[in-house]
Amino acid sequence: MKARVTVYPRRDILDPQGKAIRDALGRVGFAGVEEVRAGKSFEIRLGHEDRERAERELGEMCRKLLANTVVEDYTVEIPAPADPASGNPAVSDRSTADRPHGGRP
Amino acid sequence: MKSGVVVFPGSNCDHDVYHVLKHVLGQETTFLWHRDETVKGCELVVLPGGFAYGDYLRAGALAALSPVMAAVKRHAAAGGLVLGICNGFQVLLEAGLLPGAMRRNASLRFCCRDVWLRVERDDLPFTRQLHAGQVLRMPIAHAEGNYEDSSAALDALEAARQVVFRYAAPDGTCPGTAESNPNGSARSIAGICNAAGNVLGMMPHPERCAEEILGNSDGLGLLAGAAQVASRAEALR
Repeated sequence: MKARVTVYPRRDILDPQGKAIRDALGRVGFAGVEEVRAGKSFEIRLGHEDRERAERELGEMCRKLLANTVVEDYTVEIPAPADPASGNPAVSDRSTADRPHGGRP
Repeated sequence: MKSGVVVFPGSNCDHDVYHVLKHVLGQETTFLWHRDETVKGCELVVLPGGFAYGDYLRAGALAALSPVMAAVKRHAAAGGLVLGICNGFQVLLEAGLLPGAMRRNASLRFCCRDVWLRVERDDLPFTRQLHAGQVLRMPIAHAEGNYEDSSAALDALEAARQVVFRYAAPDGTCPGTAESNPNGSARSIAGICNAAGNVLGMMPHPERCAEEILGNSDGLGLLAGAAQVASRAEALR
């Protein structure tokens, strides 16, 4: 089972890197961009196909190592097995973005 | 008193700290390897500056999980002295020995220059040779020293008197401007301790300014205090 974890600066925290990238986008013709937040993405291949276990493990990985929840939020996406009829991979989305300011575990 | 300097792969200020403790302060000093599972009986453990584990993931994040850090946590819990300098401070934050986190400098640049620091407390082992309100000049050299926490956590930190050093102007005021606060740290915080006062983390480098021959010895008092050397005069003899 493959998953994608995205870690980005908390919304209530100024992201100087994202701001610099937004300003640079303005210099290559995209002056209208309102906001850029620069983060990191991890592709993780788990050694099993148990979805529930995967969600639990990935959340724990984020809290223990992949994200520093003092200054970062994370999102976990586990693509569902592709549906051959529609070709649409469903996405499970677990995010910390709606949580109050967290501390380290 | 025996002191230990931790060496992570990527540490680069380890020999500087070792030199000051051993040759300037005359203390028994040893290196501790990141794979060591004890602190080898050291009473003071220093986490030096550098780029432990290449700063992979986040500065200090992987070093915080190394075997020696489990031993450092036990040492700290037992009241032992721990001093983290620059990358060592980042490791202490990631290890949860100190609260808060570091972000990239507000300028987005690696910042390498002398700064002024105001001493906020002189009742810690580390600062007993300094006095509150004293202004020190020390070099900084980092890209991620922009201290951050929630405003509630910062209030709690202040209330518990855990802010030990603040970036200041030469006159000791803390206007928080880019000139005086080089990385944009919340409340101009340059160094903090834990509630018990036996763990100190700071971004400036006292080991780089601990000898007259280097043109500045403002950092010696702190290291002498940490190493429990009775006085700076004794250290300089």
